[in-house]
Amino acid sequence: MTATEASAKNEAAAWSVDQQKIVMDCQLRRIFYGDFLAVRDSILPIEKNKITGFIGPSGCGKSTVLRSLNRMNDLIPAFRFEGSVHYHGQDIYDKAVDPVLVRRYIGMVFQQPNPFSMSIYDNVAFGLRLNRYKGDLDERVEKALRSAALWTEVKDKLKKSGLSLSGGQQQRLCIARAVATEPDVLLMDEPCSALDPIATRQVEELMLGLKEHYSVALVTHNMQQATRVADTTAFFSVDMSQGGRTGHLVEMGETRQVFEDPQAVLTKEYVSGEFS
Amino acid sequence: MTGNISEAILESNLADMPQLKGSLFEGRCLRSRLLTLLTWILASLAAVPLLSIIYMLVVKGGSRINWETLTALPPAAFEFGGGIGPAIIGTLTMVAIASSISIPLGILAAIYLAEVAPHSKLAQTSRFLAKVLTGFPSILAGVFVYASLVVVMKTYSAWAGGVALAVLMLPTIILTAEEALKQVPQKMKDAAYGMGCTRAQVIGRVTLPTGLPGVITGVLLAVAGAAGESAPLLFTALFSTYYINGLEGLSEPTSSLSILIYNFSGMPYDNQIELAWTASLVLVMMILVLNVLARVLGRRKY
Repeated sequence: MTATEASAKNEAAAWSVDQQKIVMDCQLRRIFYGDFLAVRDSILPIEKNKITGFIGPSGCGKSTVLRSLNRMNDLIPAFRFEGSVHYHGQDIYDKAVDPVLVRRYIGMVFQQPNPFSMSIYDNVAFGLRLNRYKGDLDERVEKALRSAALWTEVKDKLKKSGLSLSGGQQQRLCIARAVATEPDVLLMDEPCSALDPIATRQVEELMLGLKEHYSVALVTHNMQQATRVADTTAFFSVDMSQGGRTGHLVEMGETRQVFEDPQAVLTKEYVSGEFS
Repeated sequence: MTGNISEAILESNLADMPQLKGSLFEGRCLRSRLLTLLTWILASLAAVPLLSIIYMLVVKGGSRINWETLTALPPAAFEFGGGIGPAIIGTLTMVAIASSISIPLGILAAIYLAEVAPHSKLAQTSRFLAKVLTGFPSILAGVFVYASLVVVMKTYSAWAGGVALAVLMLPTIILTAEEALKQVPQKMKDAAYGMGCTRAQVIGRVTLPTGLPGVITGVLLAVAGAAGESAPLLFTALFSTYYINGLEGLSEPTSSLSILIYNFSGMPYDNQIELAWTASLVLVMMILVLNVLARVLGRRKY
């Protein structure tokens, strides 16, 4: 407890963000699944055109946090959120806000590649058609596939099933599908965990390119991945003190600082591999 | 000299080597082969009834398959010739009525059971009732529609026949469509929600299209089953020797292949008995075509 409090103070001193550059200001007070307190007291600024990595041991609630940022967790009946997530000045948890619309601006890429059982083209065009896009569909599909570094591989088989691609290609297809509608923020939930090292590297390179246009929040269980791609890293940990497994933010800062000069003892132990 | 040495080594090693060569006639192997043979024979036996029925129908009814038989009115007692035209049209019409009732209702119910509220009390109850209804004696569906439609309309009709068939098709469609929709992976639905779909859009754009092959299979099997039903039509459509005469004709007694087979096969006239065989062949062919269609349309496109 003392370690966490101390870390929060240190972190505030060591790292400050320009308010102008924050695209999502997430003040997560408490997140419940039924009676189970999954996450508490975490303040996470997501910066514009940067990759924010969420790391931490299994069960520390980093995926829960990510899925709270575009209200995907609302699909779980027992989910309850206390706090606020300010996005362009609006709290996405405001009663007047429609979660469906939130998800059109804050896109998501999942752990398992999950293309629809449709053609490659239709997968990418899905969001555009959903939003009744009036312009040149072919052009936008090509643009999305190019920005997902998939165009050259699939340009001759756009009518083929999205499920016929390899795992790494499927995941890049899902990224293309997510960026086709040009969302503001892209939430990526361990997008490489089902991929082999080569496909992982391709997706990582892709992420570095994506941050030119998007703000990315990335959950990863792979610390090397965080050091390779994340500009900012948030370290979460679990505490068992209140009878459950409650995750919370321990430390957040520039990736290099978090890994090379961690301020909190928990972070130090984790990044040096003393526990996981 | 050297040869002897290596042979000696080989021999001494052989004694310690695991014995991997099996004997075909060893008890263990023999039992395994006999069991394989038994399953093979039984699997072949399962095909025997259908093949022999089709063979018999082709032999006995095949000779009368011609334009006259397929279109002409059924013959009177001592008449020669005649056909089964009204029965074919009657069966098709009543199956069409039944389909247009049961397919939309069944699929909507399946969406509720699979997607909207799978664990609700209502879903559990209606799922259970649908399962009970699949094993329901089909003649009771006829009695039910007799009481609720025929008595009220004061006439046997194609409508009543269609409704009775719909009652029988509904549970099959609900249960198979529910199963097909449940097969759609949750991660695909999550992807759709993540793109900003409402629940209706997730169902309409992802769940239904993805589960469609399975739904179509279920629907066509239900249709094929209904086409061959006779018991529910006895109390509802009755029989007729004439074609359905326009829309008003739907409110009059209507002919069907299954009832024609039942009526004609019991008559003491060779002509009628031959027509009953032909009608059986036509009915089986219709069902076979539907089954093949179910296989083809049920294939996954992507």
